[in-house]
Amino acid sequence: MMDWIARIGGSGLRYLGRLGQSVLFMFQMLSGAFRCLPRFSLVIQQLYAVGVLTMLIILVSGLFVGMVLGLQGYYQLVNFSAESSLGLVVALFLVRELGPVLSALLFAGRAGSALTAEIGLMKATEQLSAMEMMAVDPMQRVIGPRFVAGLIALPILAAMMSAIGVIGGYLIGYGLFGVDAGVYWSSMQAGVDLVDDVLNGVIKSIVFGFIVTWVALFEGYDALPTSEGVSRATTRTVVTSSLAILGSDFILTALMFGGL
Amino acid sequence: MTTPDNSDLFTNPMVEISEMHFAFSERPIFAGLKMAIPRGKVTVIMGPSGCGKSTLLGFIGGRLRPNKGQVFFDGERVPQKSGPPLFTMRRKMGMLFQSSALLTDLSVYENVAFPLREQTDLPEAIIRILVAMKLEMVGLRGARDLMPSELSGGMARRVALARAIVLDPEMIMYDEPFVGLDPISMGVIMKLIRELNDALGLTSIVVTHDVAEGCSIADYVYLLGEGQVAGHGTPEEMLNSEDERVRQFMNGLPDGPVGYHYPADPYLRDISTIE
Repeated sequence: MMDWIARIGGSGLRYLGRLGQSVLFMFQMLSGAFRCLPRFSLVIQQLYAVGVLTMLIILVSGLFVGMVLGLQGYYQLVNFSAESSLGLVVALFLVRELGPVLSALLFAGRAGSALTAEIGLMKATEQLSAMEMMAVDPMQRVIGPRFVAGLIALPILAAMMSAIGVIGGYLIGYGLFGVDAGVYWSSMQAGVDLVDDVLNGVIKSIVFGFIVTWVALFEGYDALPTSEGVSRATTRTVVTSSLAILGSDFILTALMFGGL
Repeated sequence: MTTPDNSDLFTNPMVEISEMHFAFSERPIFAGLKMAIPRGKVTVIMGPSGCGKSTLLGFIGGRLRPNKGQVFFDGERVPQKSGPPLFTMRRKMGMLFQSSALLTDLSVYENVAFPLREQTDLPEAIIRILVAMKLEMVGLRGARDLMPSELSGGMARRVALARAIVLDPEMIMYDEPFVGLDPISMGVIMKLIRELNDALGLTSIVVTHDVAEGCSIADYVYLLGEGQVAGHGTPEEMLNSEDERVRQFMNGLPDGPVGYHYPADPYLRDISTIE
């Protein structure tokens, strides 16, 4: 019994210790991010790796999500003869919630896991130590550019997802069910607010971009330098950042739209 | 152990470690380690696996800090440094890692050019000449455009060596440079360590557990054991040592001061308690 309690206490302490380490890491990462900005070419290389390479999965998923929204939205709205609001419904769902959240979840799976594996392997093969011994700060040369790239890439990816989702909804609404094209677009134009909806969605995806890249980089940097350690860290990145995305989405939604 | 003939080696040493204590969580690694690395020589540090040989290089390079004691590099206190002063000091050191630690997304040329690009503002033409010179020294000028994944273990280590000397350091540290190499590559690395040391006037520290290879390139040998220096001297002195611990390691004897058996309950009691 005592053993059991001690074990709970032990794992609690370990968890708190890691939490503290991750916050310390965040400050080092932020300082590295500022110091890497003068060499923006490093950030651009990483933008390709985390952004461009994630684009395909985001666009394909976005199209399907928009088509599903079109289908489900139409089936419900038609009951109330409100199918003219289809464009508005699809756009609000995407811009406020699904665009930022789904793109962040996909980003965590595609780019976050890749970042963790890359940094973990650099650590396991002593590349980070070698940089330190060459008087190069890995926070500035490796971590910083990846963080800035993640922070820039995710909001753009989320916007792409929302945009292509709206097109997917249009394909279903106009192409399949014959909703009037002008009504589809004008209901959107009239009902989607630039600040309340679009800007809040962008703020969400900036927060998610921060969380995912921070978790991914920390897990990679903190991984045990073995192949087993790196594979565990990769799993932890996807699990932790997915939970953090959904949890923080609830808080952000309550703050932004709940009038709290 | 007294080594009167070698006293002139140790005036103004490159690295000096005094009474260093260090423990990984609870496990003590060093308990009052004292050591001096003579300038301009090849010093080989030997010891059984897990005795902290490689960890020691972390202290000299300032990547680790001792719990107690002091580490001096070229007269400066290493553990007290951090940030830019530490990085300035590290420019005087090169290090060859066991895994070579080449940056996997850069070609051989870019790997060797990496310290130049990061630390200097030299024009591309000069970088090209410097990289060609260093690669020529290790015999790999022709491999300039290969990626690290296309290199054999021995070639990767030679590229890493070219990278370690590209900023012309005063001292170079080798972490287990002979591990996992075929005899020819091993011979090449041994020749390079000796030649670079003498041609560039470097100070070299080689960490290894290979007695034959270590002794054949060493000017001076340290043997670590139980967190301290178990013995030191020139390779001849070490090979002819009367000290039990030194003799066991140098001759690879399975039993001696380092016991064959892991500590256990008495054997008879263990096998007679089957019920």
